[in-house]
Amino acid sequence: MALPATLNVHVQEPLKAKDYRSDITPTWCPGCGDFGVVGALAKAYAEQKYNPSAVTTVSGIGCSSRLPLWMNSFGIHSCHGRAVPVAIGAHLARPEMPVVVTIGDGDCFSIGGGHIGPPARRNMDMTVMVMDNGTFALTKNQNSPTSRPGLPGTLASGMGNLDEPMNPIELMITLGATFVAQSYSANAKHMGMIMNKALAHKGFSFVNILSPCPTYNKMDTFQYFRPRIHDINDEGEHTQLTDRGAALAKAAELYDHHQNAEAHVPVGVYYEVDKPIYTEKVQKVREYYKVTDTPDWSEIFDRFKP
Amino acid sequence: MAIDLTIKVAGEGGEGVISSGDFIMQAATRAGMEVVTFKSFPAEIKGGYALSQVRISDQPIPSQGDGFDILVAFNGEAYEVNKPLLTPGTIMVWDGPHGGDFEPEEHDGVQAFAVPMSDIAKNQLKNYIAKNMVAMGAVVELFGLPEDSLKSSIHDKFITKGQEVVDFNYQAIELGRQWIRENYPDRKVAHAFPASKAQKDVVILEGNQAIAVGAVMAGCRFYGAYPITPATSVGNHLVDLMHHVGGTVYQSEDEISALATVIGASFTGMKSMTCTAGPGISLMQELIGLAIMSEVPVVIGDIQRGGPSTGMPTKHDQGDLFATCLGTHGDAPRIVLACADVEDCVYLTIDAFNLAEQYQSPVMLLSDASLSIQTEPIPRPDISKVKLTERQFAEPQTGENHFERYKITDSGVSPMGAPGIPGTNYAATGLEHAEDSGPRTNVETRNAMTEKRWRKFDGIEDAYKPIEREGEDGDDLGIISWGMTQSVTREAVARLRAGGHKVSALYPKMLWPMPKKQIEAFARSVKRVVVPEANFQGQLADLIKMRTDVVPIKFNVYRGEPLIPREIESMALELLQQSAGAKPMARMAIH
Repeated sequence: MALPATLNVHVQEPLKAKDYRSDITPTWCPGCGDFGVVGALAKAYAEQKYNPSAVTTVSGIGCSSRLPLWMNSFGIHSCHGRAVPVAIGAHLARPEMPVVVTIGDGDCFSIGGGHIGPPARRNMDMTVMVMDNGTFALTKNQNSPTSRPGLPGTLASGMGNLDEPMNPIELMITLGATFVAQSYSANAKHMGMIMNKALAHKGFSFVNILSPCPTYNKMDTFQYFRPRIHDINDEGEHTQLTDRGAALAKAAELYDHHQNAEAHVPVGVYYEVDKPIYTEKVQKVREYYKVTDTPDWSEIFDRFKP
Repeated sequence: MAIDLTIKVAGEGGEGVISSGDFIMQAATRAGMEVVTFKSFPAEIKGGYALSQVRISDQPIPSQGDGFDILVAFNGEAYEVNKPLLTPGTIMVWDGPHGGDFEPEEHDGVQAFAVPMSDIAKNQLKNYIAKNMVAMGAVVELFGLPEDSLKSSIHDKFITKGQEVVDFNYQAIELGRQWIRENYPDRKVAHAFPASKAQKDVVILEGNQAIAVGAVMAGCRFYGAYPITPATSVGNHLVDLMHHVGGTVYQSEDEISALATVIGASFTGMKSMTCTAGPGISLMQELIGLAIMSEVPVVIGDIQRGGPSTGMPTKHDQGDLFATCLGTHGDAPRIVLACADVEDCVYLTIDAFNLAEQYQSPVMLLSDASLSIQTEPIPRPDISKVKLTERQFAEPQTGENHFERYKITDSGVSPMGAPGIPGTNYAATGLEHAEDSGPRTNVETRNAMTEKRWRKFDGIEDAYKPIEREGEDGDDLGIISWGMTQSVTREAVARLRAGGHKVSALYPKMLWPMPKKQIEAFARSVKRVVVPEANFQGQLADLIKMRTDVVPIKFNVYRGEPLIPREIESMALELLQQSAGAKPMARMAIH
């Protein structure tokens, strides 16, 4: 059986969200924030009318990285920190196929830290969604790059996390992502809106989703977030979505709530610009060299004649 | 009388040593000769000792041989390193009598021609860069290297820089010729370039270029890689080749990412490859395990170099056999092939892709630093004779049940879904899994899936082509060799057998899974088995001991150079003379 030359990326008749879920029972703890994420993602796939046989969900290792196993799509549950380059390979082999990376904060920013820059800088047309619970949960509670100061962790000091968290929004804007947003796993409507924007965005989309771990992170809980969550795109607060400087300035406020009990926990779109995507640039090179997929072997071997 | 002429050019990196060798190689090929080259670079961009050796014959040549007939020494270091090889009957062309940095001794029976290449370049041509062309002019005049071929090569190489550059080089050649005519008018040289014959239908490729050609012939359409000496040039060659076949070359941010992109591309159904060297193989071990566990076909080239760690990036070594056969944690089966020459680099690459597809597995393809740059004419490939294997894609699924990617089958190979085949979506996973990819740790599933992954490779020894064997049942000594050492062994065995010695040889291309039956049968058919290899531990010998009932004698060199025929010959002669149990002593340094 030969593979089709192009994929039918979309279905004619929309499917339901549950059609994008596999039969495999999730192994997440009851109350895990990631349940909200997989529910919203399945709904977003339905709303995007993706063909389950023509979309690939890629993950690394961690609680949140189990997500592709619960989805009825193509999935790659790869190695810790390596989801993004695996996704790049799938994307370059099938540029018309939507590729979505679903990983955790540790997978993305700790071990995966070296890999997120290149596709962002190259503006590859794919989406990375991080389920940010501020901890390494599957290994039973170690601090991650987004852990707040003082958060207990088994490898942390006796007084908890000594570090300031890294700022995913600032980082991804700086690395060159062309769509950068934050959402919250208890707000299905907001996630749906953000996910649809991210999936539809032509270019590298990054969404950080606050997704509490009820088992290990007793500080960044649903109870903590609920009164503080605030949409920065509401009421004209952050409207200059194409202004990198404005986006970075807004992003700098991300963790104000750690010091200031009155400060918000921001969600919303920080940055959204249109730039040429990587595969478009590659296509121009192919046109210049008149690249063909029907080799003229005679001409090829002639190049190596004495 | 068979022609067998070896010309060696040696000097400082950056002085045109390598390109001089290439021009000689091109001339010999156009003259209808068989050619094998051997080159060695230092790791740095400029400076250090570089050499390019061209062996020319009218008969097929298995290896680069034992030494040289003609040495062109650009500097004192080249002279010092090669002094032991200036034996009676050899000729030296050297940078002198003035303007160079050395003064050679008298050598018995060695003709020495002084050509002030540095001086002529600097003071007459006003550009030191012309040095190697002055030397080439001398070679034309002394030995009859065809000037029209040399000029044609120069034209092809430099015309993009302008006709003046081409003419400048021609001028340098003429000054070299003139020097010889004026200073050695009555010369009689012991060696001469052979007369031209009809040119054969050949293509000239260097080892890494041949891997690139083999890959596109095999249907590879994705190459993801990170630069590393001596593997980088596989990708360089593929940039152009992929334009002709519509494939993709992607430079990733490190070796781990490179293999990750290859796995992702192959997941979609596209034949995909990366090439690296020892340090990259070490980095890739985790993802090799992922490809094995999730059953994704990938081809991983390992162009071996001196290890461990950073080691000697440009030097020959066969030290990665353990890492490629046994690397990655857990019980992880895979296939390992090793190339002996440039033709293997083409056709074993095609085998690698076919095996990867058939067994839905990583295949490691081994070459080495010397072979990567060895340039040879090989018969022009005939694409119509190449048979390709495609992976067993799943049929479109229409039922209610989700597709079971890891279905237990008798053969162990399960049909593979791919984006675009309706209903075959599944999650590839590195976790132990049930047939439907669900994570599992229960005893029954674990046992069944482990056995499935290993069962895939049952019978691979019989399915792959039989190992070539030379010699006869009952021979006194059997030599098993792999990689480039095979080429050297062939030449030694030819000499030994011509001398009446009863020596057999076995030339395996697939080293893993260990071809146990053929190795045991070979060992039974000879009195003793020896495994010469360019590593310290005797890695193939150890793997043979581990997986068969054969205990080979080890013969190891680890000096950063390939073995040469003469030392394998001496090794064999010592073993033939000794009683059982004694170890052979002969080892040589050559360069």
